[in-house]
Amino acid sequence: MRWQRRHVLSTEDWSREEIELVLEQATAMLEVLARPIRRTPALRGRTVVLFFAEASTRTRMSFELAAKSLSADTSIITASGSSVEKGETLYDTVRTLQALGAEIIVMRHAASGAPYFVAERVSASVINAGDGWHAHPTQGLLDALTLRGALGDLAGKRVAIVGDILHSRVARSDIHTLVPLGARIALAGPPTLIPSAWREGSAPDGVTYERDVERALDGADAVIALRLQKERQEAGLLASLREYRTAWGITEERAARLRPGVPVLHPGPMNEGIEIDAAVAHGPRSLVERQVTNGVAVRMALLYLLATAGAGAAERLDELAPAAPPTEVPA
Amino acid sequence: MSVLMGADDVRRAIARIAHEIVERDGDPTRIALVGIRSRGDVLATRLRAAILANEGVQLPLGILDITLYRDDLTRVASAPIVRTTEIGFPVDDRIVVLVDDVLFTGRTIRAAMDALVDYGRPKAIRLAVLVDRGHRELPIRADHVGKNVPTQPRDDVRVHLTEVDGRDEVEIVRVEVPA
Repeated sequence: MRWQRRHVLSTEDWSREEIELVLEQATAMLEVLARPIRRTPALRGRTVVLFFAEASTRTRMSFELAAKSLSADTSIITASGSSVEKGETLYDTVRTLQALGAEIIVMRHAASGAPYFVAERVSASVINAGDGWHAHPTQGLLDALTLRGALGDLAGKRVAIVGDILHSRVARSDIHTLVPLGARIALAGPPTLIPSAWREGSAPDGVTYERDVERALDGADAVIALRLQKERQEAGLLASLREYRTAWGITEERAARLRPGVPVLHPGPMNEGIEIDAAVAHGPRSLVERQVTNGVAVRMALLYLLATAGAGAAERLDELAPAAPPTEVPA
Repeated sequence: MSVLMGADDVRRAIARIAHEIVERDGDPTRIALVGIRSRGDVLATRLRAAILANEGVQLPLGILDITLYRDDLTRVASAPIVRTTEIGFPVDDRIVVLVDDVLFTGRTIRAAMDALVDYGRPKAIRLAVLVDRGHRELPIRADHVGKNVPTQPRDDVRVHLTEVDGRDEVEIVRVEVPA
């Protein structure tokens, strides 16, 4: 199949073929990352702007490394230390980025839907590097690549996702990427941190909610632990961190009960001793480092596909209506 | 459409090139073969088998995908699929013979050389092709050629190989240019 998209905002409306194409391209990029010289000239002279209006270290570095491995020029704009602090609107910031020649804008923003707002208003391609609770499509794709590498075909595989599902763009993007590949998702987490509709039996296709973590882990082929966003505790959605670990943590004891070879993933950064024990995070089941490498490869694949398909995009701008923004945050 | 090479012609050309590659450098243990996707890899595999049969030496074999090194990526309408490159041996100080099906503008070979030197510093890079159809746009020539074919720039030379196409044949589709 041919790549048609101009933006990567969410994988929610992607076909299985599109996901497969990106994973296939990412696999080729992994080989580039294993070379003595980890750089190819594919995007020489192209400009990628990394616009991070919300804190991030690993995702930003991963995109930067991905862009550099394709020889693209990169500029980094963070909210602190830029005109955003002076009250510049998102729209004005992005117009400026475009005026500076950005062909691809990689953006992270605390507001769900912000990348859609930008994508509608610029001729550059936009990659969502995480918007609020909504989506983190490159995380979903890199988790799919990592699970494929560990488990092979994901058809019928059971993936447990444990933690704060409600506020997790990672959980949403994992669901939107893994389910089309045939995986079944078992969610577990504090009831206050699960979307209420999902708790009450109307979870998305391929997704079930388990009331306790043992049931989610039972028979799992892989486990994804989510980062506990500690600020949630202040909002009264959690009793205590100690209680959280006891009830929902991927502890050493729980990991020991998983079938041999069942891998454990975590999007990072990890709160060791809360949602995941250090012994699990750095133990033989952990694919956390693999996720980091795969993240660079997936981002290279997307940059390549967008920059190359985008070459003729200028003339097609009028024909391609941007995807509709999400009308509300899924809850 | 007319046939430029039949199955026997392809077989003889590969057998001859296999001899030439070894004859040129004398010591086959220094040589490695790298086929360019997506038919050069098939030809390189055949050359390796022929050299093994002739000399009893199994040469290292690599497969190169040049997509990320193309000079026309900003001009294509849709991203060409990148396939995995597989070079599982050090190229340093080896004589690397690049293998491709058709030599035309030379741009693919330029890209392949750029890709190859990202893996190390070969002692030499040579080029073996099944068909040289002329019309070079870069100062590149082949060291080993199965068949030289005069063509018009707009003609289409198609190489079919049993492993991927079910038969061995090289054909040319001539484009008539109105006078």
